[in-house]
Amino acid sequence: MPSRTLIRAGFLTLALALLALFGASLARAAADDEEVRATLAQLRDADFDGKTELIEKLVTLNHSRVAAILQALSDSRLYFQEDPERIVIGSGDGAEIAIEDAVSGEALGQAGKRGLDRITANNRLRSLIENRLAGLGLASADPQQRKAAVEAFLRNPDPVGAAPLRARLEVETDTGIKELLALALALADLASDDATVRAKAATALGGQMQTEIRGPLTRMAAEDSDPAAREAARIALTRTEFRLQMLGWAETLFFGLSLGSVLILAAIGLAVTFGVMGVINMAHGELMMLGAYTTWLVQQWLPVNWSLPVAVPLAFLVAALVGIAIERGIIRFLYGRPLETLLATFGVSLILQQAVRSIFSPLNRSVASPDWMSGTILLGPLEVTLNRLVIVGFCIAVFAVLWLALQRTRLGLEVRAVAQNRAMARAMGVRSARVDALTFGLGSGIAGVAGVALSQLTNVGPNLGQSYIVDSFMVVVFGGVGNLWGTLVAGLSLGVANKLLEPWSGAVLAKILVLVFLILFIQKRPRGLFPQRGRAAEV
Amino acid sequence: MIKTMLKIPHWLLAGALALGATLAQAADTIKVGVLHSLSGTMAISETTLKDTVLMLIDEQNKKGGLLGKKLEAVVVDPASNWPLFAEKARELLQKEKVAVVFGCWTSVSRKSVLPVFEELNGILFYPVQYEGEESSRNVFYTGAAPNQQAIPAVDYLMKDLGVKRWVLAGTDYVYPRTTNKILEAYLKAKGVKDDDILINYTPFGHSDWQSIVSDIKKFGSAGKKTAVVSTVNGDANVPFYKELGNQGVSAKDIPVVAFSVGEEELSGIDTKPLVGHLAAWNYFMSIKNKANDAFIKDWHAFIKNPKRVTNDPMEAHYIGFNMWVKAVEKAKTTDPDKVIDAMIGIEAPNLTGGVAKMLPNHHLTKPVFIGEIQADGQFDVVWKTKGLVEGDAWSDFLPGSKDIIADWADPKIKCGNYNTVTKTCSGQNYK
Repeated sequence: MPSRTLIRAGFLTLALALLALFGASLARAAADDEEVRATLAQLRDADFDGKTELIEKLVTLNHSRVAAILQALSDSRLYFQEDPERIVIGSGDGAEIAIEDAVSGEALGQAGKRGLDRITANNRLRSLIENRLAGLGLASADPQQRKAAVEAFLRNPDPVGAAPLRARLEVETDTGIKELLALALALADLASDDATVRAKAATALGGQMQTEIRGPLTRMAAEDSDPAAREAARIALTRTEFRLQMLGWAETLFFGLSLGSVLILAAIGLAVTFGVMGVINMAHGELMMLGAYTTWLVQQWLPVNWSLPVAVPLAFLVAALVGIAIERGIIRFLYGRPLETLLATFGVSLILQQAVRSIFSPLNRSVASPDWMSGTILLGPLEVTLNRLVIVGFCIAVFAVLWLALQRTRLGLEVRAVAQNRAMARAMGVRSARVDALTFGLGSGIAGVAGVALSQLTNVGPNLGQSYIVDSFMVVVFGGVGNLWGTLVAGLSLGVANKLLEPWSGAVLAKILVLVFLILFIQKRPRGLFPQRGRAAEV
Repeated sequence: MIKTMLKIPHWLLAGALALGATLAQAADTIKVGVLHSLSGTMAISETTLKDTVLMLIDEQNKKGGLLGKKLEAVVVDPASNWPLFAEKARELLQKEKVAVVFGCWTSVSRKSVLPVFEELNGILFYPVQYEGEESSRNVFYTGAAPNQQAIPAVDYLMKDLGVKRWVLAGTDYVYPRTTNKILEAYLKAKGVKDDDILINYTPFGHSDWQSIVSDIKKFGSAGKKTAVVSTVNGDANVPFYKELGNQGVSAKDIPVVAFSVGEEELSGIDTKPLVGHLAAWNYFMSIKNKANDAFIKDWHAFIKNPKRVTNDPMEAHYIGFNMWVKAVEKAKTTDPDKVIDAMIGIEAPNLTGGVAKMLPNHHLTKPVFIGEIQADGQFDVVWKTKGLVEGDAWSDFLPGSKDIIADWADPKIKCGNYNTVTKTCSGQNYK
């Protein structure tokens, strides 16, 4: 199921295409170009009230390009070109954009943005345009388009628009659209002057979950002048209360899981370097930052929709190489001296931050989200955001791959052997220095991969790493050092706990409470949720 | 206390030595201090301002300098570290003997340097919109006071968009807390009920906005037009707007008006889902007039990057710098006392086609614009105040400060914190 924005965009393209056809077939009734040009010419200097009138006039003109012009105005792509004087529609980004004549649709080549004066729209105009474009689509032969037209009415019910809906209900054949039309009409009736009509409409709207419907009902239950109508609205609202509450809980759970999966992604690389090798790597966050910057670099060369699958292996490689360099260059001289390692890696983190600041500037970089990660999707009755869903899935995949790598590959076997008993592993012919470098590279690479995911959620800037380093240590320590499953459980439970607390205590206090709980927990169980057992753990 | 008293002679000695060593040099230049973070979390915003001041100094030197001398920039890096701001300010004033300092961004950094400027009698130009409730003799506030940004924005939402329900969302520190207190008092005075105001604070750099955006959606589904007034600061804005876009909260349903999001912040975001959300400032890069076009052209030439944007605090430095130049020319000296007195009443053109005037309370007159975010990361002005708004240091909507005024011109008052009822001057709190 595509996201809402996609549906909307798809519908609008369809609307444009169909309107063009519609206009062509009615050529004799259509207004001539000059009239449209004259109306557009006034658009430039009009204030927003004036623009409202001009839009209404354009809609009545019945010209094949009206839909395209209105859409461009709504998208801020309608320009007045000063030399020669004409109204054009622009497309594309950058200082030079492609333009076409607004009225004839003829392509006019490229033009510099400084010579174009944008015709501005505000939110009120955009709502109006959405409504009017939808009105034009109500008579369409395509049921998708008719449905979208009714939905647009539901979003901003305007009593004037109700008459064509009523007329449409008489002739509509599609049952789904019929139901939707009935809802829309009931919604319009809520604004009726007659209290019994209002009460009847409220009863008809009972059991509907959409905010577009619950909103007016809530207002009516609180403010209506007629007690019977108020009561009807109240009863209509109670019918959905239980389901809404359940939905609220499900939503909180999903938020928690999604926060948890971000925590796991941030922590899992650390679980390898800190948990398995015992190295306190303060530069872990900066390795994530490098991964995020890799994503940005990839997006400079590749289209956004394809950039992420390419960025993931590249980020792994970049971060892993930097990680190996840190291990070979610094950390290997400091094994067994945790405090010095901590200080040295903290220094590395500062160096990496300032290096990024000097190379890429201290400003944040804009990493775009691909279409398949934007918008929402319906999971049953629950509306979840796609980017979070993808990241939950990505987190599970990374965890699975890492777990398999540690359990099923020769490198994994050697890593575990060195972690458990270095001397014995060396005696068995494992080259422990090489294993150390590779293990650190693996942990760092995973941090880089986490950076790709974070670039979709937060700023890509020099400070990205700092905001996640504390959280990652928290998860690893809580889960139990040296235990991947512990990291998984710890991340998820901290995420869910945080989200359960947040609505009740606010975001600031929730974070504090989780930290306080963690301190108390570590007092009781210093080795975390799943302590490592065996001889190695005692050393 | 004793420790600091003992320290002063050392400082003086060091200062005198430095002065002696650079006497020849100091004679033909006037030093201008630049106190903006070039590393750490605030570097993202403040580096641009450092470059702005350097550009202004460069241009002034091309015009022949000031009082026949060249201007010389002294740039220090307080590294987003608040106590370091105070140390660096001391270094600029005592060791470098700068005539004026342009600097600070966060309120906490300003509060940190304030005692230093008052003790050493320096001059600070502070270019960022802030929470008000302050007026120091040694500081000129060239950014907006709350009545030049927050209050007009709320008026616009209330009157033009018919907003009835309000979410006041902010980062948990002094600027959002004070601004929201003022706004809450203002909204209540306008008859908004308690139930229709939701106040929410988040930590610095908050990145997980799922629950809060979901709460805002729920709050906005009560059938009344709802808007979010955002004092969310810095980096936290990107994930906030991303979450809004992803959860499908469009500007048509619930507009967000922000006081800390400008062109610079938007250049780090994919702005397509944000089209139509609002910001209130005293300057937008998109405003067309000759002065602004020339400023943008100079900026692109100076920074050697035609893609860089300009923003409101840059304009504030532009105004502040030109005012200082005029005041020095008027006083014919860079002596702080004389320049401070000369500053009041000085007028300098702003970049939006008007003239800014320095008021006796050390704030400016400014126009207020509401802009809507466009797909290219710029703002389109959808509303502006009829004329210029005078900056009010002490808010009229807070019970504690409505009787307080600041006036550094009236010889009978000469105070930044004067109570008009009890007719007393209590000075700043740290006296």
